[in-house]
Amino acid sequence: MEELNVQMIQSGAIILAAQAIAAGIAVLAAAGPGIGQGYAAGKAAEAAARQPEARGDILSTLLIGGALAETSGIYGLVVSFLLMFVSPFFNTFVNWVTTFM
Amino acid sequence: MVNFDIRTYRVFEVFGIEIWFTETIRNTWIIMGVLILFAIFARIKFFKNVSDVPSGFQNGIEALVEMFDNFVVGITGKRYHYLGKWFFGVIVFIGISNISGMFLLRPPTADISTTLALAIATFFLIHGLGVKSAPLKYLKSFLEPFFLFLPINLVSAIATPISLAFRLFGNVIAGVVITGLVYNLMPYIATLAWPGFLHVYFDLFAGLLHAYIFTVLSLSFIMDKIPQEN
Repeated sequence: MEELNVQMIQSGAIILAAQAIAAGIAVLAAAGPGIGQGYAAGKAAEAAARQPEARGDILSTLLIGGALAETSGIYGLVVSFLLMFVSPFFNTFVNWVTTFM
Repeated sequence: MVNFDIRTYRVFEVFGIEIWFTETIRNTWIIMGVLILFAIFARIKFFKNVSDVPSGFQNGIEALVEMFDNFVVGITGKRYHYLGKWFFGVIVFIGISNISGMFLLRPPTADISTTLALAIATFFLIHGLGVKSAPLKYLKSFLEPFFLFLPINLVSAIATPISLAFRLFGNVIAGVVITGLVYNLMPYIATLAWPGFLHVYFDLFAGLLHAYIFTVLSLSFIMDKIPQEN
């Protein structure tokens, strides 16, 4: 029984650590949208410089495009928050362990 | 560890169905109350001295409504001008909810239920108006560019409300979590001034921007399914 408890604590610690690392990695999804939005903003600046009278249209198109591009980054953020605050894997583990008790 | 869970105040049971009175519902009612009181106040003020040549308060309200109506008509065309009324409500509600973080309320939009409800309303608008305006063209739009794309188009139809909901939710919850972490990070006295910058960025700027983006994206998704008038 003693040995089993130690094993369970070790498994729980590994799951917690993996969850923390995974939460960090999930936020790396923000790198792609960052690069993409940078390109879009640069092109918008070019367009506004070439055609200053179309500023309003360019700005609204840029905002919509930026929001669409941002979606994947936001998905990463939501996954990371789920891992940090809801911790589904650790809860599953705890439920599984309690069936042995 | 800071707790970002939505607080539940009370659980009612009506005919065996549990109804949870949560922080989100309380804050939604507070915001709706503010909006309804403002509407009643404006109505009374107009009722007393309505004039053809508006000035002051009436002028401001009329300019706001007219500006938004023109904006919607510019996207949808004259035939669907009535969409402006619904989306004016949506943009004002989302905007005020996102700003409400500045008044230390938890924004109702920081709950996936609220944003998913709004996005599902958009989903029904997209497909309802699509069927109503041109049924055959609507069915054919699922077979674009050719029939093998049917499953992909079906998935994208379901993904539209989910992506709308998660975009808004993710942005608002990011603001709530980051602001909350900074509040808990500092000694109490320092929190009086410094996180103001975070409130201005996350609540005011990103909040209003995402209220606008939710509306514009909903409108452009609706317009995708409707044949354009010339």
